[in-house]
This record gives sequence, structure tokens and C-alpha cells, in this order.
Amino acid sequence: MSKKITFILIFVFFTISFVQASPVQRFPKPEFEYGHQQPPTIAPDARSQFMEYLDVFVLLVSLSLISWFILKKRSRWGALGMSVFSIVYFGFIKEGCVCSVGSVQNIALALFNPGYKIPITVIAFFVIPLLFTLFFGRTFCAGICPLGAIQDIIAFRPLKLKSWLQTVLGIIPYLYLGFALLYAATATDFIICRYDPFIGIYRFDAKFSMFVLGATFLLVGVFVARPYCRFFCPYGVLLNLVSRISWKHMTITPTTCIQCKLCENSCPFGAINEPTLDKKKEDRQIAVRRFIILSFILPLLILAGGWVGSQFHENLASVHPRVQLAEELMTFNESSELEPSLELTTYKSLGKSEEDLYVEAASIIREFHVGAWILGGFIGLVFGLSLAGLSINKHRIDYEPDRGSCLSCARCMDYCPMPEEEKPHRLLFAGFRKPVRFK
Amino acid sequence: MLFLTAVLISPVRIAEKSTIVYCLKLLCTNTSNKLKTLKMTDSSKKNKLNRRDFLNKGLRYTVGLGIGAIGVAAWTKLSSQEMVWQLDPSKCRQCGRCATSCVKTPSAVKCFHVYALCGYCDLCGGYFRPETKNLTTAAENQLCPTNAIKRKFIEDPFFEYDIDQDLCIGCAKCVAGCGAFGNGSLQLQVHHKLCDNCNQCSIARDCPSEAYSRVPAKSAYLFQGIEEKDYQKQKG
Ligand code: SF4
Ligand code: SF4
Ligand code: SF4
Ligand code: SF4
Repeated sequence: MSKKITFILIFVFFTISFVQASPVQRFPKPEFEYGHQQPPTIAPDARSQFMEYLDVFVLLVSLSLISWFILKKRSRWGALGMSVFSIVYFGFIKEGCVCSVGSVQNIALALFNPGYKIPITVIAFFVIPLLFTLFFGRTFCAGICPLGAIQDIIAFRPLKLKSWLQTVLGIIPYLYLGFALLYAATATDFIICRYDPFIGIYRFDAKFSMFVLGATFLLVGVFVARPYCRFFCPYGVLLNLVSRISWKHMTITPTTCIQCKLCENSCPFGAINEPTLDKKKEDRQIAVRRFIILSFILPLLILAGGWVGSQFHENLASVHPRVQLAEELMTFNESSELEPSLELTTYKSLGKSEEDLYVEAASIIREFHVGAWILGGFIGLVFGLSLAGLSINKHRIDYEPDRGSCLSCARCMDYCPMPEEEKPHRLLFAGFRKPVRFK
Repeated sequence: MLFLTAVLISPVRIAEKSTIVYCLKLLCTNTSNKLKTLKMTDSSKKNKLNRRDFLNKGLRYTVGLGIGAIGVAAWTKLSSQEMVWQLDPSKCRQCGRCATSCVKTPSAVKCFHVYALCGYCDLCGGYFRPETKNLTTAAENQLCPTNAIKRKFIEDPFFEYDIDQDLCIGCAKCVAGCGAFGNGSLQLQVHHKLCDNCNQCSIARDCPSEAYSRVPAKSAYLFQGIEEKDYQKQKG
């Protein structure tokens, strides 16, 4: 009974302190004697559907163009031109959203959240670059991605990173992808969008901290080429994997590699694989043993990762606003000095029961339990595979772009002295280098 | 449903299998035959390349299928049109975060006047501070921090209130006032000419009353108390 009274009191209190939800006609509609016309309420339209389709069309055309520039024309200038175009169109005109990098989250949300309906343009922005990469390598990264393009044109003084550092930092995108998918699938937040460092620059408008982040990335980007692409981009993970088995991929040399080493330091991203020099023949037995060990370690790592992840599922879940609210409600007591948060007072004012909130929060935490297992397992797998990658050295005789991490920017091509077959005049520039014969 | 899961899972299965086969082959043949390749005759080189190409091709098809499958799975959740963010005034609690949480400064959320609901009151709860004595347009009487509401005399005893949306910052003070003492004709809405339609609206994340949702772009406003036909859409 007393509970009921307090409830009613609280209810009355909040209805006073908060405004009624829907409009109430307290005063009658005026009747103007001198014929004054009420102006209409004007509601400006959203960006038209046509414009959204136009974006997809532009994406298709520009991807085709840049792939042609890089693979067929072997033109760095073409790629650079497309970068500038992308900065202008996808960056400043379109102002970012939705971009392929962020679309990963929409896809995850659509697959896991029954309430979310995904627009076709978002699917297109997710799928098209992946398909192009499957055919031509990461030409999307070369100059169509607005995030990549802005970093690409300011990579003035790229330093060579130690390869171990590159490998270690290269794990971050996988983690970022894992977390982004977890938080998107549980409808918590879109962290990729939230921490997108460049969107503020494209909009000329952002919170100060985001400006600082963007500026830092650009500043670092002068010396460490494309830091976001290489060490953060979650979409880049997918492109990296897909690019490894692409149908075509740009090559440094138009014909054959003569190991002249001229291109050795040309890649600002450290994506050129040098020929393997060790002539030691590796024992078949060792290889087999390593394979057996790996196939034991990998599942172990996945399990261990999953278990560790699941231990943190409550911490992971505590980012979710509903869980936060439930936590606050649980610890909140009326007598304490602390003001209840706006969320809490609002929730109470809505007159929903506390049980509902707890039930909802509990189910979210359960979701996170599953999610944390998967995330942890995924992280374990990534660590395992990177280890495996380190221990296996692939045999290589030529200088080749690393198919995964090469961004197809076409910089290295100009360093290759080999002439293109159809352009014999290039032979002149080959200078005194070793004469070459073609088939 | 079953079909869908089958469609979803089968490429993954195939991919798994062929990935394992691929890795196995790579590991066993490639690493062990290191030096051999150097000395390999032309024909054996070709053979080897062919095998690698073949595996790559298989993998490529499966990955292509996988991408397609994800696309198709997302397709089942397709919305018929573009979505934009909008807030539902009937849920809004006028907390003021619309003014501060938007990625734009000033916020893309603006106050809209639904004239059709307005009582044209002299003592406007949205215009005057509660303690105001003299109903004059003096700045200190106005509730709006940016003086974005313009008061215009129409005829005794009616006044019309217009909102200068260039000045409005979406703080919801007037909305609260009008809702508490008037007809609730002042309503906050995301102004779609100004909104960038972020992939994830940063106000939606912060809104304590969960008033934000994605709505179809064709009916992008959620005015309360009037029908869609009653307000005038303006080409964006
Ligand atoms: S790596 Fe990511 S951010 Fe960089 S260009 Fe590619 S998709 Fe864009
Ligand atoms: S095309 Fe690839 S390998 Fe060549 S410089 Fe660009 S990123 Fe490096
Ligand atoms: S009080 Fe706030 S919401 Fe109302 S018109 Fe002024 S700035 Fe806009
Ligand atoms: S979608 Fe972005 S621009 Fe629009 S109201 Fe939300 S935060 Fe502001």
C-alpha cells in the first residue's frame, strides 16, 4: 500500500516537473476577425533518394576508373586524381556518411537486430568495394575511400617502420573490427563512426577532442604513411583478406622483376615483400611438425581467448546505456547526496517498472556473454594466425607487393626501370641497367 | 528460415574446407620445396603455378559467394527507402541535450512552430520566462537564450510567434514552456536540411528518453497533433 502511495507521489511529482508528452489544447484555436491566415509549418525535405543512388553510382564509376588507372594504365597520377576527387566528393560534398568503413556496423546490426532495417545504399557501400577488391586488389583504398585519400595525399615524409612493429600494430585493426562488430550487433553504439578521426575535418565541424584526434592522425600521417588505414581501419581487415586472393592485382613491374632493388624503399607503407634470400632448404619434417603444432595451438588459443573474453563480458556490457541505467538504479538510494542522472530520472518519470529494466539489462548482458566468447575466440585466432604468419616464410624470388597490405597506390610502379612492352621509348630511361630480354 | 540459414552457412562451410585445404597444401608443399622452385624447369613451374592458381580461384569463388551471402542476408532486412534520424516530440523530455550532443554547432535540431495548434496567446509559456510581469519583448523577459522567437501582434488579443531557425540552438526551453502552460505547439525536430544524417546520430546515443529513431526519409517529420498533409514540405 505504502509502495503504491510513494509510487503515486513520485508519479505526480514527475508529471509536474516534466511536461506532458503530447500536445494538449489548453487554449482554443484563435478565430481571427480580420482574416489573418495562419502560416503553414515548414518541414525541409531530407536529402533526396536520387542523391543517395547517385552516390552509389559515383562509387561504382570511380572504382572502375581507378582500377583501370592502376591496373591498366599503371598511372600514379590517375590514382592521385581519384584521391582528390574522393576527398572532394565523398569527403566534403557528401560529408562522410555513410562510408564503407562504417557500413560494417550497419550490416552487423541488420543481421543481429530484428528492429533495424537497412537501406540498400548501405549494403551497396559495403559490398561494392569488397567485390572490386576481390577482382582488382585494394583499389578502393588507393583513392576512393575518403578516409584513406586524405591521409594519402599528406604522406610527405614516410618513415620505414620496423617490420616487427608493423606486424604488432597490424593486429589492432582486427581487434577494432571485433569490438566494433560486438557493439554494433548488440545495438550499443557505432564506435567506428564515433571515433572516425576525419569526419570532423570533412564537415568543418566536430567536438574539439575529435578535431585534435583528426589533426594528430594527419600530423603523424606525414611521417607514418596512412596510420589509420594500416593500424586501425576495421574495413581494411576485410579488404586485406579479400585482396590476398584477388583475381588481378597491380604489380610493381610491368613485365618481369630483375631484382634491381630500385623499388625496395619506394613503398611508404612497407608493403613490398623482398625476395627471400635464405637458401637453406627447409626440412619437410619440420614443416609438417610445425603444422601439427599449429593445429593444436590454434584451437587452444581460440578457446583461451574465448574464455578470457567471457570473463570480461560484464565490463564490455557496461557500455550499453540500458545496462548503465540498470546499474545506477541498483546502486542508487534516495538518501544519498548524489543527484540521480538525467537518464534515471527520465526513466522513472516514464513510469516503467524497475523489474522491466533489470530483465532487459540481464538479457543484454547475456547477449554480451555470447558476444564476448566470440570476440575472445576471434582475438585468439588472430594472435595465432599472426604467430603462424611469422613462423612461416614464404618463398619469393621477386620484389612483389604484399597482396594483403598493399593499398594499390601505384607509387612503386614508377621506380621500376623495366619498360612496358607497348611503350619501347621507356627503354631510354632504363639507362645502363642490365639488358633484358622478353619472351 | 531454414533455407536462409542453409544459404548463409553453406558458403562458410565451403570456405572453411577450402581454406584448410589451401593452408595445408601451402604449408606442406610450399615451405618444404623452397629451393626446388628456383631450379625448377619451366614446365614444373607452370604446373605449380597452375595448382596455386586453381586453389586461389576456388577460394576466390567461395569468398565471392560469402560476400554475396552477407549481402543477401542483409537484403532480407532491407528497408524500402533511405532512413533519416528524427525525434519523437511525444517522447521528448526537453532535457536540453539536443543542443549540446549534435555533431553540428549549432545543433541540427531546431524548434518548429506548429501554428495549427497554437492558441496565439498573449502570455506565451514558450516566449516569456515564468516570472515575467510586463509582457514586453525585452530580452530579459524572453525564455529563449538566443532570442530566436519573434513575437508579432496580430489582433487583440492574439500574438503570433515565429522562430528564427538560424538563431535557434535547439535547447528546448521554449518547448518545455509551451508544453507546460500552452498548447504544445512548439516542437523540436531534426531539421533535415541541416542534419548530416550521421550513420549513428550522436544525440540519439545521448537522449535519455530514447526519443530518436530512424524514420523513412519520405515522412521525415514526427510532428505531434497535426497530420502529415497539414505541414508544408520544402524541397531540400
Ligand atoms: S584501409 Fe580503410 S580507411 Fe584506409 S583506405 Fe582502405 S578502407 Fe579506407
Ligand atoms: S602500390 Fe602497394 S606496394 Fe606499391 S607503393 Fe603502393 S602500397 Fe606500396
Ligand atoms: S528556446 Fe531553445 S529551442 Fe526554443 S527557439 Fe530558443 S533556442 Fe530554439
Ligand atoms: S544525425 Fe548527426 S547532424 Fe543529425 S541531429 Fe544527429 S548528430 Fe546532429
